[in-house]
Amino acid sequence: MATLSRLPRSAQATAAHGGQHPPASYYIKRALLYLGMISLSIVFMVPMAWMLSTSLKLQGQVFAHPPIWIPRPIMWYNYVEVLTVAPILRWLGNTCVVTVAATLGTIISASMVGFGFARLRFPGRGALFALLLATMMLPHIVTQIPTFIMFKYLNWHDTFLPLIVPSFFGGGAYNIFLVRQFYLTIPTDFDDAARIDGANNWMIWARIMLPLNAPVLTAVAIFSFVGHWNEFMGPLIYLFSEDKKTLALGLRAFVDPFLASYHLNMAGAMYLTLPMVIIFFFGQRYFLRGVVMTGITGR
Amino acid sequence: MTTPGGAVSAGAPLVGRGKRRWSRLAMREARDGYLFVAPWLLGFALFTAGPMLASAVLALMRYNLFSPPVWVGLANIKKLVSDDIVWLSLWNTAYYTFLSVPLRLIASLVLALLCVQKIRFTAWFRTFFYLPSVTPAVAMAIVWFWILNPDVGLANTVLRAIGLPPSKWIWDPKTSKSTFVLMQMWTAGGNTMVIFLAGLQNIPQSLYEAAQIDGASGWAQFKNVTVPMLSPVILFNLVMGIIGSFQVFTGAFLMTAGGPANSTLFSVLYMYRLAFEQFEMGYASAFAWLLFLVILVFTLLQLRMSESWVYYEGG
Repeated sequence: MATLSRLPRSAQATAAHGGQHPPASYYIKRALLYLGMISLSIVFMVPMAWMLSTSLKLQGQVFAHPPIWIPRPIMWYNYVEVLTVAPILRWLGNTCVVTVAATLGTIISASMVGFGFARLRFPGRGALFALLLATMMLPHIVTQIPTFIMFKYLNWHDTFLPLIVPSFFGGGAYNIFLVRQFYLTIPTDFDDAARIDGANNWMIWARIMLPLNAPVLTAVAIFSFVGHWNEFMGPLIYLFSEDKKTLALGLRAFVDPFLASYHLNMAGAMYLTLPMVIIFFFGQRYFLRGVVMTGITGR
Repeated sequence: MTTPGGAVSAGAPLVGRGKRRWSRLAMREARDGYLFVAPWLLGFALFTAGPMLASAVLALMRYNLFSPPVWVGLANIKKLVSDDIVWLSLWNTAYYTFLSVPLRLIASLVLALLCVQKIRFTAWFRTFFYLPSVTPAVAMAIVWFWILNPDVGLANTVLRAIGLPPSKWIWDPKTSKSTFVLMQMWTAGGNTMVIFLAGLQNIPQSLYEAAQIDGASGWAQFKNVTVPMLSPVILFNLVMGIIGSFQVFTGAFLMTAGGPANSTLFSVLYMYRLAFEQFEMGYASAFAWLLFLVILVFTLLQLRMSESWVYYEGG
């Protein structure tokens, strides 16, 4: 940075806005930029658009040449028919139970642990926090087998408990980190004022910090919701009976086109995908802000 | 930082109060502190440290869940060394990682740079780029399976339309790994992009202004302002990308089951088979530890190498 020299403000102003119209090359650049953005958007949206389009086709149109993008007629009935092929609604219900419970656990425990690390002083805090950050880099495969055996001895196999309970123990290093970073931005005056009024740490956490923390907890909730909704390996390892499966696991059979047929497979996939798209559209603001807030950028 | 009292009185704003009262307050604060972080501490012991230790012990045993474990010493490790599939799976995984991580980093940095341009509809573009990242892997696998179908799939239809020879994609050992690399650009690229976006937004605008006054071109600004200021984020994405890629599983499990000719048999997929299909818990644990050590070596290597290229503002 030492090489950057400084000019007086006036010179800077002249350089930035010359006062004339921008040259033609400026408009060409803009046009190229928009063109690039639009084509990239199309490339990124193709798989999803194809999923949506195929899910609404007649079976005969699925293999049409050239490919049909807008099905006619629009077969909403595929979404009903697929329910007769597999217990989609049952699986969807299971996914909801697991996801909501695990997200709840994540929010409660991450906000608690985050509060402890951000606001309370205790010996070893720095070392423990460093340990927490280190676990972010720990591949979970090493712990998977013993955890599996432990849950077997607890008789938790083929229940939702292995997918839910761990979330209540901190809710993941990343989420704790996120919450803690947010607590650090709240002035300690709030805590001090409450303490003078006789509040203890638990009241400060529950009555003052939780409400102030709503934006970051929303971000954590969305991260956690998406993560658990999409999770595949956990349910694969722990759930065996057909009526216990989550939707992600149940749809495994749909990757193989022999079970149903492509248009029905896509309709099934849409049941899993659509809630995520909706959540993302409504939660997008919090989502992106959440990432910005981690401050991984500064340090 | 050894005693609770000391921890508080260092930099405490309330020095005026009596010493005894102070340390009682500090004690209570420390007690509450431990209680607040207790869920994570317990979780760390139960789901991280404990299992890691257990995994190391299991690696020296033979255990199939149904009969009691038998101590076999280093037999599993010897078996690992001579198991060709272990090395093949590591090779597949490394190939996938070293192709996919740099490509994804570059692509998502480009996307992030596009998204911070001063143009309209950036919120929409951002959404389009990010949406595949929240799409469940299973749903993605279902669509890709169909898009890549060599005979009737969309991918080959497009290739034929522009006069290129069709590919067998995941069904040909020569192209199968590269196809997975391609697919992960969709599904993971958005995540990486968002983190870059956050990093870009934290770069002070004044640095760019200063560079412009110096007459720095767009490329020079990118090279001398954006890259150094973004380097901690690049490192973060690099490290997390390598750790994640080394554990690639779901796509290959669902779409190729490791085939054709074991060309997409990635390490975690092989570990899954050993542990949860063949119930060789001991041998699978040994393999998990081997994979863990490989990842650890690469992570530490990255962190060590980063000292020469990552720029920290404060330090």
